[in-house]
Amino acid sequence: MNDLTPTREQRTAALEGMGCKRKRVEDIRFTQGRGNYVDDVKLPGMLHGDFVRSPHPHARVKKIDDSEALKVPGVLAVITAETLKTVNLAWMPTLAGDVQMVLADGKVLFQNQEVAFVVATDRYAADDGINAVIVEYEPLPPLVDPFKAMDADAPVLREDLVGKTSGAHGPRKHNNHIFEWTVGDKDLTDAAFGKADVKIKEMISYHRTHPSPLETCQCVCSFDKIKGELTIYGTFQAPHVIRTVVALIAKIPEHKIHVIAPDIGGGFGNKVGAYPGYICAAVASIVTGKPVKWVEDRIENLTATSFARDYHMTTEVAATKDGKVTGLRVHVLADHGAFDACADPSKWPAGFFNIVTGSYDFPTAHLAVDGVYTNKAPGGVAYRCSFRVTEAAYCIERAMDILAQKLKMDPAELRLKNFIKPEQFPYHSALGWEYDSGDYHTAMRKMMETTGYAALRKEQADKRAAFARGETRDIMGLGISFFTEIVGAGPSKNCDILGIAMFDSCEIRMHPTGAGIARVGSKSQGQGHETTWAQIIATEIGIPADNIMVEEGNTDTAPYGLGTYGSRSTPVAGAAIAMAARKIKAKAQMIAAYKLEVHEDDLEFDIDGFRVRGLPEKFMSMKDICWAAYNSVPPGMEPGLEAVSYYDPPNMTYPFGAYLCVMDIDVDTGVYKVRRFYALDDCGTRINPMIIEGQVHGGLTEAFAIAMGQEIRYDEVGNVVTGSFMDFFMPTAVETPHWETDFTVTPSPHHPIGAKGVGESPNVGGVPAFSNAVNDAFSFLGSTHIQMPHDFWRNWKAAKDLGAVA
Amino acid sequence: MAKTHVTMKVNGAEVEGLVEPRTLLVHFIRENLQMTGTHIGCETTHCGACTVDIDGMSVKSCTMFAVQAEGSDIITVEGMANADGTLSALQEGFRMMHGLQCGFCTPGMIVRAHRLLKENSSPSEPEIRMGISGNICRCTGYQNIVKAIQYAAAKINGVEFQEAAE
Repeated sequence: MNDLTPTREQRTAALEGMGCKRKRVEDIRFTQGRGNYVDDVKLPGMLHGDFVRSPHPHARVKKIDDSEALKVPGVLAVITAETLKTVNLAWMPTLAGDVQMVLADGKVLFQNQEVAFVVATDRYAADDGINAVIVEYEPLPPLVDPFKAMDADAPVLREDLVGKTSGAHGPRKHNNHIFEWTVGDKDLTDAAFGKADVKIKEMISYHRTHPSPLETCQCVCSFDKIKGELTIYGTFQAPHVIRTVVALIAKIPEHKIHVIAPDIGGGFGNKVGAYPGYICAAVASIVTGKPVKWVEDRIENLTATSFARDYHMTTEVAATKDGKVTGLRVHVLADHGAFDACADPSKWPAGFFNIVTGSYDFPTAHLAVDGVYTNKAPGGVAYRCSFRVTEAAYCIERAMDILAQKLKMDPAELRLKNFIKPEQFPYHSALGWEYDSGDYHTAMRKMMETTGYAALRKEQADKRAAFARGETRDIMGLGISFFTEIVGAGPSKNCDILGIAMFDSCEIRMHPTGAGIARVGSKSQGQGHETTWAQIIATEIGIPADNIMVEEGNTDTAPYGLGTYGSRSTPVAGAAIAMAARKIKAKAQMIAAYKLEVHEDDLEFDIDGFRVRGLPEKFMSMKDICWAAYNSVPPGMEPGLEAVSYYDPPNMTYPFGAYLCVMDIDVDTGVYKVRRFYALDDCGTRINPMIIEGQVHGGLTEAFAIAMGQEIRYDEVGNVVTGSFMDFFMPTAVETPHWETDFTVTPSPHHPIGAKGVGESPNVGGVPAFSNAVNDAFSFLGSTHIQMPHDFWRNWKAAKDLGAVA
Repeated sequence: MAKTHVTMKVNGAEVEGLVEPRTLLVHFIRENLQMTGTHIGCETTHCGACTVDIDGMSVKSCTMFAVQAEGSDIITVEGMANADGTLSALQEGFRMMHGLQCGFCTPGMIVRAHRLLKENSSPSEPEIRMGISGNICRCTGYQNIVKAIQYAAAKINGVEFQEAAE
């Protein structure tokens, strides 16, 4: 040892492994405009396709006349359902076990539904062609209100389902009924309500909204007739699933389908499913023999590809008079639009909504979800959400506030009283989940202390008194949210997509000079996987993160994975990465033992190599082991240093958090100001705190948008009235509040590195915090629940309805 | 449709092309010039992903025809790096402060911030927020973008960057 020998701290820091705020690898290209997104892909002879869409929400299609369109310069083909029928692709399966029209087959069922696909030499000519296609419609009565979907005289939407008394998820009660899903013990729950001291009941709606990533959905399909191979570049959060779906429905051998998801401009759940544009572009390429690009515009994105939420949750809580919850009963009416294109694991028609007992120790609960069809766009996807967890968290967090109000208890105190206790983990919930780990009391108390919660309540009481005296027109609300997430879908015992278990995968190849490549089945859309996955490997095998290239999104090279959504990447792919790295490390240990002439049990891993126990000078670095792997492995061992891991998680992970929103609302204008927003997240082991914080900021901003105005709204005759960024609330830097972030760390006991996932937490936990703040502000005026979104007008309306405004 | 000949300067180089009168400037840049750093996010002038700098002003290139840019001097994100190819203060700031995630809004955001700092070399946080309010980001929640611009302003002004406390 001399002064030049790096210290242990220096050696650890040089790896840029787990726990460090490593700057992102991706940013070098993105800041210079050198990303490669789907619309940047240009292939020789490439054509453009675009849709003729229905102006009607419900109509019979009498005739499609493409004769004038085909005369338009540059237009080469007009594809309709009749064209698609020749290749058996007029309808396609959805991830939810339903079928969906690719192009209107006899009827249209929502406004802006795809009716015909015009293929032309460029996007302008395609647009000219669209304008020249003449479609004759016979309007039918639209069904907009989901609560009227199962009326005896409701219009028949899905003629393909007439007479079918059961669907993918059991019996159907009505032609507009999709499924009923029940969980929990009804009798026990009814009994708990029968003897409860206190009960609350409220219809809590989570309105329809949309993930709306800044890059819309798009693809380039190129069919090579000679080789019989189809190459698809697309905005896919789950490229391998797309490949398998295409193989199954287009009858192209799966090895002849190449799916490439290049850089993706945000996903938030919008880019999980398959959309008509992908099918039409593929068929158009087969028909024309040329590559075909389809790029959705923003209006199409908002009005046709998948919406999120639209859950109407009748919620009841039973409790003792001193505030101990004794039962939960929830009925959900789920509006799926014209086709059930919900992106859930196949066996879960309402996703993981049965996490609705939240962070609380409910002895019993019962849940029923009815899914219905309406004349709206199909869906719904998990918008930064692990399959209806967002709806569940909103439901229980509103309900706890409503119960606190009824009991005249502080909502923080009520939560502390009912939290699952640390010693109860692993905790079995009344609706069937096994929570892996948590320390809710610590997180809640840290939130309360850091924010000065008690002082804020005092200030609120003073403000209310001042309001009553007419000295102010501002009302103040404190919105608490204590959410428990369920992420990391998922264990093969209960999670699959179209029969494929929801594992994930990683292949690592170490090269002779001590650098390597990791290929992973996940697919970043901004989460920074190229940066963080290398950090996991760096810590696991002692090679600097800078020397590990991470590659995702090419189905020819990446091992099969189920993709990135539902905060599953770190819980599942992250585990596969750690396990693949450990296989590398195990082989490296054998090589090091051979080279150092000791038994492998005599070696210990030391940051960046193996050291002989008790003989610190006998050390072999991982870099040197990589070289040895290619020239002097032990006799009988195969050369090389590679590993593949497919990880089937034993359980979900359960991140949680304690959020507080402090809001002031001017009752005369409805204008609100988010004075403060504090978010404490516990996502277990933290891989890159900088990226976690960035995820929390982004998710909170989405939550802010959703709670305070972002809505896909239809008028009473089925027109979308929020179909562009003119009407669909998209917060800018001016409206967006300042975010305070904090954390506790409760590792997952079953995950190889203890990580739980964080991407969705701020969206899941943020919405109830905002909504609770608004509701808390108004509560002293006599309201119990005001529906979202809480825009200025609705706030003013609430104040007026409560008599606070003349 | 008859085409019109256009010439303009883009990132210091004279360029020309044949466009239809209706061709949007963003399509001319992306399709004709094959410079794909400028993105399209909404087509209704709300998102700012297509922002370029034209004759010293930030312009949303999805809302301008290519023929309207005849003779103008345009800077796109591809022209933002330093002359020696290193990242500019803004590009570095976005990386250091984690001011981007998916990267889709980033080119427009950086081009806009470039002009903002020319207009006001030491903007306050509210001035930065107002100054980039024509650009939507879906990933970052803006907080780190504000820091990135503050970082760049400090570097350009030759002062030490002080990150505001949480």
